[in-house]
Amino acid sequence: MQEYELIIVGGGPAGLAAAISARENGIERLLILERDYELGGILNQCIHNGFGLHTFKEELTGPEYAQRFIDQVFEKNIPYKLNTMVLEIEACGDEKMVTAINKEDGLMRLKTKSVILAMGCRERPRGALNIPGYRPAGIYTAGTAQRLVNMEGLMPGREVVILGSGDIGLIMARRMTLEGAKVKVVAELLPYSGGLQRNIVQCLEDFDIPLKLSHTVVEVHGKERVTGVTLAEVDENRRPIPGTEEFYSCDTLLLSCGLIPENELSVKAGIELSNITSGPVVNESLETNIKGIFACGNVLHVHDLVDYVSEEAKKAGQQAAAFLQEKESDKKEKTIIIQPEGGIRYTVPQKIRTESMEENLTVRFRVGKVYENVYVNVYLGDKQIIHKKRKKMAPGEMEQIILKKSDLTQELKFDKIIMKLEEA
Amino acid sequence: MKIKELTCINCPLGCALTVTLDGEKVIKVEGNTCPKGKTYGEKEVTNPTRILTSSVEVIGGKLPVVSVKTASDIPKNKIKECAAGLKNITVQAPVKIGDIVLENIGGTGIALIATKNVERR
Repeated sequence: MQEYELIIVGGGPAGLAAAISARENGIERLLILERDYELGGILNQCIHNGFGLHTFKEELTGPEYAQRFIDQVFEKNIPYKLNTMVLEIEACGDEKMVTAINKEDGLMRLKTKSVILAMGCRERPRGALNIPGYRPAGIYTAGTAQRLVNMEGLMPGREVVILGSGDIGLIMARRMTLEGAKVKVVAELLPYSGGLQRNIVQCLEDFDIPLKLSHTVVEVHGKERVTGVTLAEVDENRRPIPGTEEFYSCDTLLLSCGLIPENELSVKAGIELSNITSGPVVNESLETNIKGIFACGNVLHVHDLVDYVSEEAKKAGQQAAAFLQEKESDKKEKTIIIQPEGGIRYTVPQKIRTESMEENLTVRFRVGKVYENVYVNVYLGDKQIIHKKRKKMAPGEMEQIILKKSDLTQELKFDKIIMKLEEA
Repeated sequence: MKIKELTCINCPLGCALTVTLDGEKVIKVEGNTCPKGKTYGEKEVTNPTRILTSSVEVIGGKLPVVSVKTASDIPKNKIKECAAGLKNITVQAPVKIGDIVLENIGGTGIALIATKNVERR
């Protein structure tokens, strides 16, 4: 049986950055397992630009951003297996067992001391959206359409309606238009778009594509192929308002209605998940409840910028290396819980072992709705340790604050930090 | 005097900008909360430009298409025309990131370059 120090599940942006960082931190026997035919993950289909402004200080397309990391994997001779599906991760004491399969090796049982979960996320499909109507051909998630157009050179349709104004939906509105399709409308259930401002301007406004906020699809027409959809306005409870129905003829409906971390393997391994992020609950080292299993990127929580995925994955690689090199692993450590309140939906990490924490810890979080002129306040008991003003916050924009170790270790009697949004 | 309304794209604030023009000359930008907004407002009403990204067919490659971009930004009003012109373009594998696919796209004087490596089949 082959034995590894570290197995990384997923060769997308998170897996690549984690592998490179683990190798840079001295880990020799590591392996990346990727189910697609090439490394790079979702970046391969994201051919638009805007990636890498933070990491490389220049604007790259997805494939170019991926190649920068793939080149480093090659230079460092980091082994990887493509077309390889991981079926199971088991934790038995200090050892972990990864079961994977591909055509060359058949079924593999790989023993490893640590694992980094980097499986990414997937799109919420039609079945999860409760759209009434038949099930004709012509309904795709925006990401599937993106892969067809950008990687396979195929056009999913000619007349398009898009439900959901997430970034992939906006990007595909432009992409389909440039490929000659007519994108008639983008409907968004919520009263605001979850997409980035620049995408609303450059993907919709540039092409005069209307964005209908507080609208949803109430009926899909067509039996064999989509022939149209009916949109209706919704009230504040997201219920369609009778009398507002409007028919749009189209042959294609694209869905851009949110992303869900892909954690089937994690659940089977016994990893505790957050029911808000749908990703693992992790500590300051991005370690899950199972010692030696770490998580990063979109499998942990959905990011909006790949730059932050790379940054987080780099840390996961460092922490996995530190775990492997640690002599004495059963330090008795105090754990502090971060409790999000008043408008903050979640934080990552969710808990902190103060002894293991670096001097500055980045805590990422999202808010539940659009806020203007609020303060992000962090409390240890009655003591306010952070007070930061934000002019505008939106659910679509991931936020972050930096916690200082010195702040947390001064007040030893508290076992939780409260993080909340407050008016001035 | 002409007034144009637009949304700044530099950050999540998305400031509603009002740009006042006298002919082609920008008189003032209002509604911005930072200097970036002013620069954006001025450029966007006088000379709006974009990077065009798309994909073109590959002959003899391991992949059917290769992704491409304009080497620098091109006028916004040329985007549709330039994109439509890529329908009949093919490239021969192998292709490397940075390879020039078209010297001068749509008469803009800007090159179209590959953004992905595609090996020969």
